[in-house]
Amino acid sequence: MVEFSLPKNSTIGKGRTFPAAPGAKNVKPFRIYRWNPDDGANPVVDTYELDLDKIGPMVLDALIHIKNNVDTTLTFRRSCREGICGSCAMNIDGENTLACLKPIKDVRNAVSIYPLPHMPVVKDLVPDLNGAYAQLRSIEPWLKSDTAPPPDSERRQSIEEREKLDGMWECILCFCCTTSCPSYWWNGDRYLGPATLLAAYRWIADSRDEHTGDRLDALEDPLKLYACRTIMNCTQTCPKGLNPAKAIARIKELQLERKV
Amino acid sequence: MNASHTPRIDVMRSQLGRARGLGAGKAGVDHWWLERMSAVALVPLSGWFVLQVLRLAGAEQQDVVEWGGKPANASMLLALMVLTFYHMQLGLQVIIDDYVHGKAHLPASLLLKGAALLIGLFAVIAVLKLALAPSTRAAA
Repeated sequence: MVEFSLPKNSTIGKGRTFPAAPGAKNVKPFRIYRWNPDDGANPVVDTYELDLDKIGPMVLDALIHIKNNVDTTLTFRRSCREGICGSCAMNIDGENTLACLKPIKDVRNAVSIYPLPHMPVVKDLVPDLNGAYAQLRSIEPWLKSDTAPPPDSERRQSIEEREKLDGMWECILCFCCTTSCPSYWWNGDRYLGPATLLAAYRWIADSRDEHTGDRLDALEDPLKLYACRTIMNCTQTCPKGLNPAKAIARIKELQLERKV
Repeated sequence: MNASHTPRIDVMRSQLGRARGLGAGKAGVDHWWLERMSAVALVPLSGWFVLQVLRLAGAEQQDVVEWGGKPANASMLLALMVLTFYHMQLGLQVIIDDYVHGKAHLPASLLLKGAALLIGLFAVIAVLKLALAPSTRAAA
């Protein structure tokens, strides 16, 4: 049955507080989930009071400031700091987003920061996404064509054919959408989740791909595809403004179209 | 490190193997489509039923029996009953798929299907009984 309460080892305790330097005028508390696999203790939420005058505008700036100046043990992923690598996906102020694209001033009170929901935690804000990556690989997100490309040029698309990929090629695979989806929380072992289904539709919609039917075959499953209940959390949370729910609806339409 | 906190690895199958799982079940399209189509069909049927019940409010039993004995009304009632319990079964199955996992899933699904079938049959037979009853007015 579904679990309505957290397992004992996931109950979150109260952590330490790191006060701002005396004299700081523009102080905002950051409440950050901490869990260390090595000490055997339950997770806690540590509070870091930061002087906003001393740090950059984004939540990622605050995290980097903490790591550099307050608490070097804080663990998180980040790389590009401009919303293109997808590394710093986390749950900020109750919503999955990229720390590098989330302005601190958009959060009214304390800034609560947790790892992406319902994934195993590696440490602190680092979730284990290996299962989601494997699901992405399972839909074979690469061009499959039996017709050889022209020897002297690339495979060509009309402008209209290329436009069908807009809204999908922009996905950076941060998995904010997948980890915001209740269907994925309950059935993530079989439901592929919005990010992977968006990627699947990206190849189904690609005019150069010749395995559209095989791709639809692989998705025709009560849970892999149809566990989507059109909850739309995916579309609401996407930090890139994409619409995975629409891509999933298109796949369902095509599944129906080939039956009649 | 405390030994009791050493994670016990009980699944060594690769992530890709687990993601592929048993492959696609080649089902789900009909369930998804029929759930929606039955919902659409139930909109006019339910509206018709509510109007009829409002119209019959306070009527004599004879009038209601006569109303239910008309083939058009009986057909609409039968369609309403069949689709209602079919739609109910489809919808509740989704909830079971979401929230009931492991060994409890199959018995829960079977219980739902059995209950929906029996309650639906009960409703259908009640309508048929009404539809096929001899007219009391003619006898009187």
